[in-house]
Amino acid sequence: MAKRIDVSDLNIYYTNFLAVEGVNVSIEPRSITALIGPSGCGKSTFLRSLNRMHEVIPGARVEGKVVIDGQDLYGSDVDPVNVRRQIGMVFQRPNPFPTMSIYDNVVAGVRLNSTRMKKSEMDDLVETSLKGANLWNEVKDRLSRPGSGLSGGQQQRLCIARAIAVEPEVLLMDEPCSALDPISTLAIEDLMMELKDRFTIVIVTHNMQQAARVSEATGFFNLNGVGQPGRLIEFNPTEKIFSNPDQKATEDYISGRFG
Amino acid sequence: MSTETPLAPIGSTSAASPGPVQTQRRLPRFAAAGLFLAGVAVGALLSALTGFSLALTVLYGVVLGTLAVYAVSRQVEGRRKATDRLVTSLVSTAFAIAMVPLLSLVYTVLDRGLARLDASFFTNSMFRVVGEGGGAYHAIVGTVLITALTTLIAVPIGLLTAIYLVEYGTGRLKKAITFFVDVMTGIPSIVAGLFAFALFTLLFGNDVRLGLMGSVALAVLMIPVVVRSCEEVLKLVPNELREAAYALGVPKWRTVVKVVLPTAIAGLGTGITLAVARVIGETAPLLITVGLITGTNFNPFEGRMATLPVFAYYQLTQPGTATQAFIDRAWTAALVLIMLVMGLNVVARLISRLFAPKTGR
Ligand SMILES: Nc1ncnc2c1ncn2[C@@H]1O[C@H](COP(=O)(O)OP(=O)(O)O)[C@@H](O)[C@H]1O
Ligand SMILES: [Mg+2]
Repeated sequence: MAKRIDVSDLNIYYTNFLAVEGVNVSIEPRSITALIGPSGCGKSTFLRSLNRMHEVIPGARVEGKVVIDGQDLYGSDVDPVNVRRQIGMVFQRPNPFPTMSIYDNVVAGVRLNSTRMKKSEMDDLVETSLKGANLWNEVKDRLSRPGSGLSGGQQQRLCIARAIAVEPEVLLMDEPCSALDPISTLAIEDLMMELKDRFTIVIVTHNMQQAARVSEATGFFNLNGVGQPGRLIEFNPTEKIFSNPDQKATEDYISGRFG
Repeated sequence: MSTETPLAPIGSTSAASPGPVQTQRRLPRFAAAGLFLAGVAVGALLSALTGFSLALTVLYGVVLGTLAVYAVSRQVEGRRKATDRLVTSLVSTAFAIAMVPLLSLVYTVLDRGLARLDASFFTNSMFRVVGEGGGAYHAIVGTVLITALTTLIAVPIGLLTAIYLVEYGTGRLKKAITFFVDVMTGIPSIVAGLFAFALFTLLFGNDVRLGLMGSVALAVLMIPVVVRSCEEVLKLVPNELREAAYALGVPKWRTVVKVVLPTAIAGLGTGITLAVARVIGETAPLLITVGLITGTNFNPFEGRMATLPVFAYYQLTQPGTATQAFIDRAWTAALVLIMLVMGLNVVARLISRLFAPKTGR
């Protein structure tokens, strides 16, 4: 299932503002890749360009290539809707659909796309997805209750269940723990470790300990000043980034934070 | 004397406030109300001296009462609290003034309309009635049919326009539509009536009268209201939900239909119901488009129809042999209309309560 992602010479714009410039990177399958860097350097922008969510914003566009399994996502014959079915996303703030029950939230990807599915298959999908998101035991008795009634951490795991229920190949996570308490954060980190056997995971995080804990490879984004485009300064195995980074800027950022 | 403050300034160590939090001297609970009433009493006396009149009593009373509360509060509680009390009385007075016409209207309509609020008013038409008796059955049927038809025309157009504006529109076209919707909001209702009249005369020749004409006229008035209220409601749907759906690979139109609209359904229902309430009492456009008949017409695609507002208007302006009976019927028609509008408001509230996203644990 999991696939590798090759990004070459990627420039990302908001109308005329170049937000991210010249990204070249290879993201390994069945691993967790962390993206770190100061606020506003374009981590979210880059992440959203990996499943063509970027262009949802009016005026937003992309130059360059993102190749998954030999297929260029930005090829002229590629439908962004299909891309997003293969590459799921979890957002910073948990966003379950407020009108739907927990059950319906999990199968939202199937239902909203009107894929035909038998009731029993649907039940199985809900169970495996919720188990996959480590949420089954907490909610199995109240599947018909609204998803917005769960705690923040549970909601985020519900969103993860919803994302993995459509069986994507890649899972993008934009600061999935930044709105959560430490215990929920650990629950999600454990979950990521389990999920990486099946998915390619890319996670943006502000928390460097988290990057160090969960990821195999880490990319450091930085920008030279306000209004300047963000760049991928360094991309290396996580151990190397945190012990002996190639770039001075990376070392400054990491040691500055760890102070 | 109003410049001296009996309270020590904040931060000074007076005996009354040893702690870091200064304790305030307060007027006793009912003192303010008592003072206000005393002011009102003095005001009543004043107006009695100059020949009693209710309006003057209220005016003097409110002014004096407010001043009394302000002055005493300033002496006892200090400037900030006194200003607070002054503004509170100003706001309450404004509220009371706004309520006067409403209460007076409801009272008058009830007072005069109850006389004929009987079963026969809802079961009889005015067919072959020239004196007492009769009812507004035909007008109620007409109002309900024409309003329903109006809703049928205006809601799809208005809702789809709102969806376009919020979900799809960009650039100039969006600006232009927004502008024209604003212009439409300001169209006088008689102009909408003349528009429908002219349109149907062009299409079907002179002397055409049908319920549909009235519906078209009312739809012209209702569409901008629907667009505006639906637009506001759709804008309230958090963008995160749209993005969540996109990220699952859901196409945009399906996101709108299955995520945005269900999330906004409560607000949409409320907005539409209130838009219906807005047009149900229109008189002028119906007067020139559907006219009036004394019998019941169930077919809005043929012939004149009676409607409550027009019915009330003619009962009042062209009474037949028994003047009082006609005037009574006019008031009762007004009362029924008000009840319809209130009923719609209740429905709107029920809708928003029933469909509101559930957040309970
Ligand atoms: N919707 C948007 N429209 C215009 N500019 C944006 C938008 N979102 C982000 N940006 C800009 O793009 C740059 C990168 O933002 P972002 O990707 O959110 O950074 P990060 O996630 O690393 O904090 C910032 O300069 C930001 O101001
Ligand atoms: Mg971000």
